[in-house]
Amino acid sequence: MYDTLVRHTIDTQAASLDVVESLASSASEGVLAQGLGKRFGDLWALRDLDLDVAPGTVLGLLGHNGAGKTTAIRILTTLSTATTGAAWVAGIDVARDPVAVRRVIGVAAQEATVDGLLTARANLVMVGRLHHLSTGAARRRADELLELLDLADASTRLVKTFSGGMRRRLDLAATLVSRPRVLFLDEPTTGLDPRSRNDLWNTLQDLVREGTTVILTTQYLEEADRLADEIVVLDHGYTVAHGTPAELKTRIGSERIDIKVASRTDMIAAGEAAEPFASKPPTYDIEELAVTVPVREGVRLMDVMRALDAAGIDAIDLNRRQSTLDDVFLTLTDRDNPSEEVIP
Amino acid sequence: MTAIVTEMPPSPGAVIDLTRGPARFRSFWSDSLVFAGRNLEHIRQIPEKLIDVTVQPLMFVLLFAYVFSGAINVPGGSYREYIIGGILIQSMAFGMTGPATTIATDLTDGVIDRFRSLPSSRTAYLFGHYLSELAGMALATVVLLGAGLIVGWRTDADVLHLGMVSVLLLLFASAMIWVGTLVGLMVRSPDAVMGIAFTVIFPLTFLSSAFVPIDSLPNVLQTVASWNPVSVVIGAVRELFGNPVAPLTKHTWPLDHPVAAALMYCAAVLAVVVPLTLHRYRSRTTD
Repeated sequence: MYDTLVRHTIDTQAASLDVVESLASSASEGVLAQGLGKRFGDLWALRDLDLDVAPGTVLGLLGHNGAGKTTAIRILTTLSTATTGAAWVAGIDVARDPVAVRRVIGVAAQEATVDGLLTARANLVMVGRLHHLSTGAARRRADELLELLDLADASTRLVKTFSGGMRRRLDLAATLVSRPRVLFLDEPTTGLDPRSRNDLWNTLQDLVREGTTVILTTQYLEEADRLADEIVVLDHGYTVAHGTPAELKTRIGSERIDIKVASRTDMIAAGEAAEPFASKPPTYDIEELAVTVPVREGVRLMDVMRALDAAGIDAIDLNRRQSTLDDVFLTLTDRDNPSEEVIP
Repeated sequence: MTAIVTEMPPSPGAVIDLTRGPARFRSFWSDSLVFAGRNLEHIRQIPEKLIDVTVQPLMFVLLFAYVFSGAINVPGGSYREYIIGGILIQSMAFGMTGPATTIATDLTDGVIDRFRSLPSSRTAYLFGHYLSELAGMALATVVLLGAGLIVGWRTDADVLHLGMVSVLLLLFASAMIWVGTLVGLMVRSPDAVMGIAFTVIFPLTFLSSAFVPIDSLPNVLQTVASWNPVSVVIGAVRELFGNPVAPLTKHTWPLDHPVAAALMYCAAVLAVVVPLTLHRYRSRTTD
């Protein structure tokens, strides 16, 4: 009801715009988007994105490169303007009052946007000053954040001498200078080693506990699963799934077993033998002679091996793993692989 | 006044009013200073960046004063008196490479997205660059004139004329900085800046009265040089400093009235380039 009301008022424009605004701000101090779309020339980078992110929660935008994740972030952070639709961040219309939006958000772009020719501290002080903090307040905040993100020892070093992980941390620090109510992170852990990634996840979880709303993009299902309260899966600009990690996992299965065999007949037989353990019908890769079985929770690899053995199948390789983004897409869309089985 | 303020009920609109009127100007100004400070901080970190505004003008003065002074004859004065105005304007013209390179680098660097996502004024970024480049050019001018004094350059300008020459140099420097800013926003990579500077600024400054009297040039080039705005600005500087202005056979209105014409040229360039730059910046940084 609410959806159709908002859509309707957007369509009928001007006079009712205020109604939408009051609706938007009362409904969400987090992030709200209605029918957001962006066209570059003939190409739609993003189509009909609807979001309703409650304050103090994390939304994960999941998708491959070019899925529209960055475009969505750029529109919500006022760096880009939408071709269609409207969006509110902390109740503020991003198209109508971008400056007010910039006061309450923090943005970490995909590549670290810090100045390599300044020291870490000077970078943060500069950002603080541009947030219109006094010099003293900007310095205090910079030192606080350097401490928080474990950069205090490197605070007087030129940023161009930093490792990728340190740059990312400094970038995150820069986005936190103004104590933003809504935080946007575009692939925050890409290029980080596992330890730095874990540290960053912990920092983010602390922020969320303190009430910050976070929208992050990622290519890793694991990351979205760990951090997000809600996940939107994007593919070629379209929303292909929207739900909690648990719902998403129920749809796609959280774990998979890959069985590699020697012949095509074995492949079909392996699929049938593994059927009792599967939460979804297995998928077959004819070229690789491999069966991928989304397994139910609690299934033991040993049981699958025994079942294969009992069916007289000679498995070359057997591998149990977490579902990946590719599995999500194989399950949710049939675009890239028409021969795969599709679950509606 | 305070009474009125306290009597007013607090309204939600009051918060937004911070971004308008004098407060808005104040934040534009302080944001500009932050951006200018950033550039100065770059220099503190990498002092080599100062070479082009210190060592370079010094070297030019010494080279021209000692290498060419014996070979080039300036009617009505010494070459060392003649050359300083030329080198001054030439180095200011080449000064456009500074903002062009830094801005092109910022644009390829992603750091511009950080600035754009902050609530600071967007034009303050450009204005901050302008302020720091202007400071650089002022330093270069001081070094250059100081070196000039050492090699025998003198001025007999009174306070009024010194004031006028300062205004003219300020206008010319501003024009070149904004041209450089526009170039920085046009190029796709910072490497392209030097190429553009050498194919445009080099001939523009050499086909002028900067280094040799116009009358010593071949006939066709005399025409080019006498219409060249760079000759006009240099002529104005020489006239205001009271330095020799070599006599002309080809008279043009601008060269006969160099001060008025130079002021007009600079104002015209600023009037065209500044709005163009702001527009270009807006379109380059929005999608």
